[in-house]
Amino acid sequence: MLFGLLCITFAIARVVPGDPARLAAGPDANEDMVETLRAKYGLDQPVPVQFVRYLRGVLVGDLGQSLRSRNAVADDLLRYFPNTFELVTLSLLLAVALGIPLGMLSAVYKDTWVDHTARIVSVSGVALPAFWLGLMLQLVIALHLGLLPLGGRLPLTASPPEPITHLLLVDALLRGQGDTFVAALRHAVLPVVTLCFPALTSIMRVNRAEMIETLKQDYIQSARAQGFSGLRIVTRYALRNAMIPTLTMIGLRYGWMLGGTVLVETVFDWPGIGLYAVNAAVSSDFQPIMGVTLLIGVNFMLANLLVDFAYGWLDPRIRRPGGA
Amino acid sequence: MTTRVGPPGALAGWLEERRSALGELRRLARIFARSASSLVGLGLVAAFLVVAAAGPWIVPYPEDARGAVHLERKLEPPSAAHWFGTDEVGTDVYTRVILGARVSLQIGLIITLVAALVGVPLGVVAGYAGGALGEVIMRVTDVFLSVPALMLALAVVGALGPGIVNAMIALSLVWWPGYVRLVQGKALALKGEAFVEAARAVGTGRCRIVFAHVLPNCVSPIVVKGSMDMGTAILAAAGLGFIGLGAQPPYPEWGAMISHGRNYLPTWWWYSTFPGVFIYLTVLGFNLLGDGLRDILDPKSRV
Repeated sequence: MLFGLLCITFAIARVVPGDPARLAAGPDANEDMVETLRAKYGLDQPVPVQFVRYLRGVLVGDLGQSLRSRNAVADDLLRYFPNTFELVTLSLLLAVALGIPLGMLSAVYKDTWVDHTARIVSVSGVALPAFWLGLMLQLVIALHLGLLPLGGRLPLTASPPEPITHLLLVDALLRGQGDTFVAALRHAVLPVVTLCFPALTSIMRVNRAEMIETLKQDYIQSARAQGFSGLRIVTRYALRNAMIPTLTMIGLRYGWMLGGTVLVETVFDWPGIGLYAVNAAVSSDFQPIMGVTLLIGVNFMLANLLVDFAYGWLDPRIRRPGGA
Repeated sequence: MTTRVGPPGALAGWLEERRSALGELRRLARIFARSASSLVGLGLVAAFLVVAAAGPWIVPYPEDARGAVHLERKLEPPSAAHWFGTDEVGTDVYTRVILGARVSLQIGLIITLVAALVGVPLGVVAGYAGGALGEVIMRVTDVFLSVPALMLALAVVGALGPGIVNAMIALSLVWWPGYVRLVQGKALALKGEAFVEAARAVGTGRCRIVFAHVLPNCVSPIVVKGSMDMGTAILAAAGLGFIGLGAQPPYPEWGAMISHGRNYLPTWWWYSTFPGVFIYLTVLGFNLLGDGLRDILDPKSRV
């Protein structure tokens, strides 16, 4: 799987129509300089040799060098990824925290106004362009009402905390910088809401459908007959069983969010790997793009692995060897 | 099939022959019409298609799509003359948004068609024939599915260079694996069905089984996915346009317009707002239509 991913990133980098060495050398470079650079990056070697070099590099954590900034891609990724990680994690938490209860409500109050409102919101979530939603939030909430900052991670005047975990919010708390924490949180609200909205609505949709199915089951009827309270039935008996497909959707949506950061980070000027990839893509700087694609792919695979573990935790039947 | 011409009542006879098929069609239409959201979806898609088809004839300033410049009326707010206002060179935003429908339709159709044309045959081979080849196909598909489509498309456009054609190539390249997955699962299930088994037992050739028995049963889910994908592909292409890798201005593509108009927020808000509303309505339409089609064509797979 991982090997396949490496093949793809390498193949993409190979289709660059322009000459990367010439691009790196700049418009004023002469032939000699271009040739020197070509040799330096190994671009004069046959393709299989380049591929082996690339694989060997990745194994030791060398993802190449940005042709534009001359920074090592691995260092850049280490610097930007924590920001993206914070953005995606907060969005996912918010999406789950709101999506599951809303889906439950929608299922319990099926075909009432609660359900109808929730469903209208949920179809909109899929259709609203994330970047446009972000712009409109900026327009109304940041620019007209002045409630929240427009973009970035911190105000220019704030001093970022000494890094411990490299997660800004966590570091601010650990260093006891309350002001910085609040400022960072305020900056995070709009991007998090923008990124979480489509995920929230699809989690809600799946959870609603599954809850409706589960609530029809015999054991729910018998629990009702035994006089368990409605709330207990819904949260203890039904939700747990409706969670498996919902989890699959959460795993899928995590991947979608990682891709969505490309747009959301662009809108909010959020210094993460999405914005980094966009800047690299606009200037045909292919090493950073390969690095980001690889990193996102690996993350997505890990997320799916976690989802598989969670299945077993939720449903003992899956845990048993030979179980479905 | 015989064609009878002339005698009165030919039409009635023709209808009589197809009565059961027509009845079925009417039944499906009734189910479809019972759902308000399906009808809204159909209405939105129909409106979008009309706008895309009639675009050049219904816009008030057709010359504005070809890069006309009217600096004397730049950045005017929405008015009777310019419903959606004007942009920084005085072009009518309404004209460009309407003409953008045609661009979006093209983008959506091409990406969805290419993805289906590549993905469906591969899916049939992987699901029905199986074997080592099927295994390889599914492995490659899984690898493609392991990276978010938009990210992969970004990487491909980054390599090919920005532009609307490259954006469509990139999105088509990352779009097909979904169809492989869908068709492979379906073909695998059909392989074990009694009627396919029976066809094999009486010595029907592989090709014939695939075309006569397997593919027709895959059509419904493909149509449903296709309808949804029209919306999603338009959304993805607009995303690429927004980050500057898709269509380049002054080409009337919605995502690129939003991106360009972004520089004029908040004072000249209409520039970015209206293209976004149109993307939203279009994608919403295709999604609701897809949902409605699934209800009538493929009720078992409802989510």
